[in-house]
Amino acid sequence: MSYAKRILHLDLSTGKTEIEPLKDEMTKKYIGGIGLGIRLLLDHSKPGMDPFSPEIPLIFATGPLSGTMAPTAGNSYAVVSKSPASGGVGEAKSHGFFGAEIKRAGYDVFIFKGKAEKPVYVWVDDDSVQLMDAKHLLGKSPAETEETIREELGDLYIRVAAIGPAGEKLVKIACILNDTTRAAGRTGMGAVMGSKNLKAVAVRGTKDVTVAKPDEFREFVKMLHERMKGPATTKYRTLGTPENVLVLNSLGALPTRNFTNATFEGAEKVSGEYLNKRFVAKIIGCSSCAMRCEHIAVVPEGPYKGTTSRMEYEPLWALGINCGIDRLDAIIKAMSVCNYYGMDGIGAGVIVGFAMDCYEHEILTKKDTDGLDLRFGNYEALLEMLKKMGTREGLGDILAEGVKRAAEKIGKGAEKYANHIKGLEMTGYDIRGLKTAALGYAVSFRGADHNRHGAYAPDVKGSVDRFKAEKGRGKLVREIEDLYTIIDSLILCKFSRGVYYETFKDLAQYYTLATGIEVTPEELQVTGERINNLARVFNVREGFSRKDDHLPAKVMSTPIPDEVVSKGSYVSQKELNLLLDDYYEVRGWTKDGIPTIEKLNEIGLNDLAYIVKPKKEK
Amino acid sequence: MAVRPARKFVSADPEKCVGCAVCEYVCSLEKEKVFNPTKSRIRVVRLHPLINLSVTCRLCEDAPCVASCPRDALEQSEETGVILIDEEKCNGCGWCIEACDYGAIMLHPETRVVFTCDLCDGEPKCVEWCPEEALDFVTRDILAQKARITVVKKLFQEAMKTVPG
Repeated sequence: MSYAKRILHLDLSTGKTEIEPLKDEMTKKYIGGIGLGIRLLLDHSKPGMDPFSPEIPLIFATGPLSGTMAPTAGNSYAVVSKSPASGGVGEAKSHGFFGAEIKRAGYDVFIFKGKAEKPVYVWVDDDSVQLMDAKHLLGKSPAETEETIREELGDLYIRVAAIGPAGEKLVKIACILNDTTRAAGRTGMGAVMGSKNLKAVAVRGTKDVTVAKPDEFREFVKMLHERMKGPATTKYRTLGTPENVLVLNSLGALPTRNFTNATFEGAEKVSGEYLNKRFVAKIIGCSSCAMRCEHIAVVPEGPYKGTTSRMEYEPLWALGINCGIDRLDAIIKAMSVCNYYGMDGIGAGVIVGFAMDCYEHEILTKKDTDGLDLRFGNYEALLEMLKKMGTREGLGDILAEGVKRAAEKIGKGAEKYANHIKGLEMTGYDIRGLKTAALGYAVSFRGADHNRHGAYAPDVKGSVDRFKAEKGRGKLVREIEDLYTIIDSLILCKFSRGVYYETFKDLAQYYTLATGIEVTPEELQVTGERINNLARVFNVREGFSRKDDHLPAKVMSTPIPDEVVSKGSYVSQKELNLLLDDYYEVRGWTKDGIPTIEKLNEIGLNDLAYIVKPKKEK
Repeated sequence: MAVRPARKFVSADPEKCVGCAVCEYVCSLEKEKVFNPTKSRIRVVRLHPLINLSVTCRLCEDAPCVASCPRDALEQSEETGVILIDEEKCNGCGWCIEACDYGAIMLHPETRVVFTCDLCDGEPKCVEWCPEEALDFVTRDILAQKARITVVKKLFQEAMKTVPG
């Protein structure tokens, strides 16, 4: 049985701990990771709470495979709380080594509530849980924090998840980093942690993790290892996600200069091909993984010589292409600055891209930027702006609020340059010409996101007409969403998604071999649906409805101008309406995007009917 | 003097090892039917994203762990070079742990006696599972051979390109 069956509650205000047994019903219905985390968030919070109020729980949830040799899932944890970016579900997963350590210490979940009087870190040494003074760690980067804690506690195998200066200062794109390079990046979980005066969580676990059927489990994992050496993961093992740069560029789907263009003239210079040839020193792997995808880039010469960072497409896009920057050395430097302050590289790049767009349109001037020439392509200005955001200095203080609130504060029409959905910054797909993806982005429960639905896949592969909004896309999005919530509840790495050839069938078998809990592929699919509905219901409770399933202003108003196959494409309100109607229908939701009581009953969420009821009677 | 058979042991290639710890999981599963790195006979050290290496018993000639044991609980197999531990004699004092330069002999968290790599009866599971093929079950002589081949290939980089086949 691969669950530890224990939840650790820690009240940071009082220092009191409590162990709650994790009920079988919870594991069956919500699995682990984001599923379990979102359910616990809903149960342990009241409607309308401020994400920074001490009562809001900050949840670290492992999955049933964490702590086992399951490749990618063995090492993971999910962070769940209320997002300070969207006010809805906040969740982010991270891999590396940290997640396994939680399980080995004997817990499935940590729930942190309250607010420590002074900055602290939590030290979980198997059954011993202590609050430690963190005054000396303030201002340190997550990596420095990790190193310092390991040194002072005297054990190399202690795993640490920490926030940087940005999290301390409640920067809304603050993330939580563990094992130097791995981040629970999106939705501002680091800011929630900072609001609790919690600098880091250090864990050392020495207990056994077992699975229900060890021999069969081992054979299953062996099969996954073989598949991971095959074509399903080639991209991640070779060029890595930066391969996307040239692919999306050729499709006219590479958002450039804050979605001004959909192709980038400097694409070759920031391509995955060039990154690997010139900068990647080694491709490493997380604990238990048989793929290894982590491209560690080192700048070999020039002003940023020696800068080292993991590089992936999304932050490369945000900090580079989206800011019109075509120098990889500067982009690697920018990524390392984000890691230093503990900021989501995607959000950070989108915010600076937005500020550059405002500057180009004279909404922001040198007066606002403290003299920085914040035009597109100015990499030195980018680096300076990132620091200002991480420390909330000057304009950085406004930008640290996230692109949506920053635009509101700046005013003067800045909103139309703010690329976000539900307050969460956009990611690197120009969805003006990827209309299945556009629907996926609009309805994603954590805001602008490609990882809740992966609906760019049918568009990019050409299995649908990507320039057309039509009925049927709702079903496509729903199906991938229901699979992705299972992936994120087992907390498998999405880079490995291609190796589960028979999706729910493989995953159901995997789950059963580890936990001993019998589940059919069909039941698992319903669980995927349940978790999507659960997240939606949480958002409904916080006031979300159809109006929040929107797209960034530029996506709906400015056709792609480039001389490329996607020229002229954008998503009109009429098209979005059609897509949403279709999606809500296949979801069994009302026209306003609210799950119906019948739907909730059907998927075992009867007890949440009270949330959707009043709205239905209106 | 009679020639002793060359001893094979598990060695990680620093160029290839990425610190993924699959070896730790496989080892603890094979030996103890659980997933627990603290019960693995091979351990991963990651000092930096670029600095990773798995370390296990190197079957030293004239092993210092054996010599250091005040209770004569350790013995080195003449045939394989594996360190044999008499669990009745061992009292977990840890002199052998201090004597080992590689941290390859460890105290078992439950039995409180020391344990180390036993080469899985000549078929080390970690070597079989290593996704990077970074682990090798080799003699020191073969390691030296490999190093020689690598250096010669480097020296003759240009010539190698023109060699047929």
